[in-house]
Amino acid sequence: MRGFLALLLACGGLAAAAGEPSADRRISGFATMHPDTQAMQRSDRLNPAMLWVAEGARAWTTPAGPAGQSCASCHGEAVRSMAGAAARYPVVDAATGKPRDLAGQIRACRSERQRAGDWAPESRPLLAMEAFLGLQSRGQPILPALDSRLEASIEAGRALFNARIGQLNLSCAGCHEDNAGRRLGGSLIPQGHPTGYPIYRLEWQGLGSLQRRLRNCMTGVRAEPYPYGSAELIALELYLKRRAAGMVIETPAVRP
Amino acid sequence: MANALLDIPGTVRRGEAFTVKIVLSHVMETGYRRDISGKPIPRNIITRFVATLGGEEVIRLDLTQAVAANPYFGFQARAETSGPLVMTWEDDEGVSYREEVAITVTG
Repeated sequence: MRGFLALLLACGGLAAAAGEPSADRRISGFATMHPDTQAMQRSDRLNPAMLWVAEGARAWTTPAGPAGQSCASCHGEAVRSMAGAAARYPVVDAATGKPRDLAGQIRACRSERQRAGDWAPESRPLLAMEAFLGLQSRGQPILPALDSRLEASIEAGRALFNARIGQLNLSCAGCHEDNAGRRLGGSLIPQGHPTGYPIYRLEWQGLGSLQRRLRNCMTGVRAEPYPYGSAELIALELYLKRRAAGMVIETPAVRP
Repeated sequence: MANALLDIPGTVRRGEAFTVKIVLSHVMETGYRRDISGKPIPRNIITRFVATLGGEEVIRLDLTQAVAANPYFGFQARAETSGPLVMTWEDDEGVSYREEVAITVTG
């Protein structure tokens, strides 16, 4: 019931904001993919991202660090303890009071709790764990954390989303809202909802995070991309999660 | 590390074709790319994939750089008697991989 209320609130907030697609017009990039690519995502035995998920599942129960603690030592079975976690992130980190994304949380657990070696941004073990955790929320609606301390970041993310950047002088909104559904070169422009990250992108021939995708777009408009884990990229994720609130999580998704 | 995703029926009808689907975990590095410092990245692709059913060869693939990372293969086979479907593959670094699935024949 609480979850449902939160969802209603989130959707209410979304509909009230001007210039954004109304809830019923939002679609995942999945809907506009080629049927072959859709089939690849639908089958856990064909979706290459499941290779990373299997690695993440193994890492979950593998002891690491001097105390020999695994993720499962504290969190137990992921299927129970991590259900819905990815749907909620980014959240406020209690120690710093700043927003923290799922990758940041995994890295903090790894280096501060387990005292094992940190995982570099976008590294295979980090993506594997992120995919494994994301899978525990598959089928659930995106339910952004309702926390007033996040508002400033969400607004910063909204500003970034609407700001023109780069030598091409384009904003996220210029493509993904004003021209979503039309074509850029041969590719369909999606609405840009973060429903399936980390994704197996055929173009990348591998798994990649939402931040990789955002940096990819920034490079595409010939702007300097923000570094991995930066406040700006987390702010963008916060805004995109609110924009996509209530949409169903597909992690791990396949995209062209 | 997970080697492969397998989609293979464990039970098949005698003499009837069945489909084997497999996704191999591999970077399939072409050897044409350079790293950030300009140094060529050595080629590392799966060079050969062999599947045998009950000891008899079903399919043999010689692969090239043109094959994408984490390649997907599908092929059909027919079994007269129960036996293991053994798939082996090796890459440029000399690493060998092996997956085995028991196939039970009925009817």
